[in-house]
Amino acid sequence: MARKIAFAGILGTLWILLSGHYSPLFVGLGVVSVALVTLMVHRMNRADGTRYELRVRWLAFGRYVLWLFVQIVRANVEVARLAFRPRLELSPRMVRVRALPRTELGRVIYGNSITLTPGTVTVHLDDEEVEVHALTRESAAALESGAMGRRVAELER
Amino acid sequence: MPDILADLLLGIGILFTLAGSLGMLRFPDFYTRLHAAGVTETLGMIAIVTGLMLKTESSGTLVRLVFIGVFMLVTVPIASHALAKAARHGGVRPALREEE
Repeated sequence: MARKIAFAGILGTLWILLSGHYSPLFVGLGVVSVALVTLMVHRMNRADGTRYELRVRWLAFGRYVLWLFVQIVRANVEVARLAFRPRLELSPRMVRVRALPRTELGRVIYGNSITLTPGTVTVHLDDEEVEVHALTRESAAALESGAMGRRVAELER
Repeated sequence: MPDILADLLLGIGILFTLAGSLGMLRFPDFYTRLHAAGVTETLGMIAIVTGLMLKTESSGTLVRLVFIGVFMLVTVPIASHALAKAARHGGVRPALREEE
């Protein structure tokens, strides 16, 4: 119960932050939305009660986010250049790469980081491998170097 | 000074959003277009949202922009992955070029 109240409190705060209006209509809509979402989450938990914990080393995670940002900028410049070039020079391919991160959370971070970097999209992710669609030979090679996977694996513990 | 920086960031955002749109039109198949959309959703979005953060004078708007940016960065890859996975399971064959 305490968990549910805390959850509704967080949702309510978020509503007020995002809306910024305090008229009865808006606050009323907020109350209804928060109640609805809390109910939905309660029912979903009954179907799938697994609890996921966000256990990462936060300082290392901050460093990783900065590193990822640099990769995202680089990849963006690369794909934008391809889009502007008069001649299309794509060499799209599917590649399979061993997923180095071992925990579920680590693999989710890895898969999302790959997709967040333009030029590579995670198509499939399982216990052993990630299957990735790459836009060019270079973007595939960058992934196959394994630098990203190693960095994510370092975050786990 | 922050105003020039804000304009610069908005300009960068426009440039990358344009690149993404252009790629959407020019790239040959579903999967390659997904990469083009990624340009708009990542750097295009980040640059425009940060530019707006520097321009706004209301702290409420600033907080909202931070939320928008963070939510986008967390949800965008999940949506792209869902699309790619759905396309693959639906049997959309990627146009592949394996030279050499």
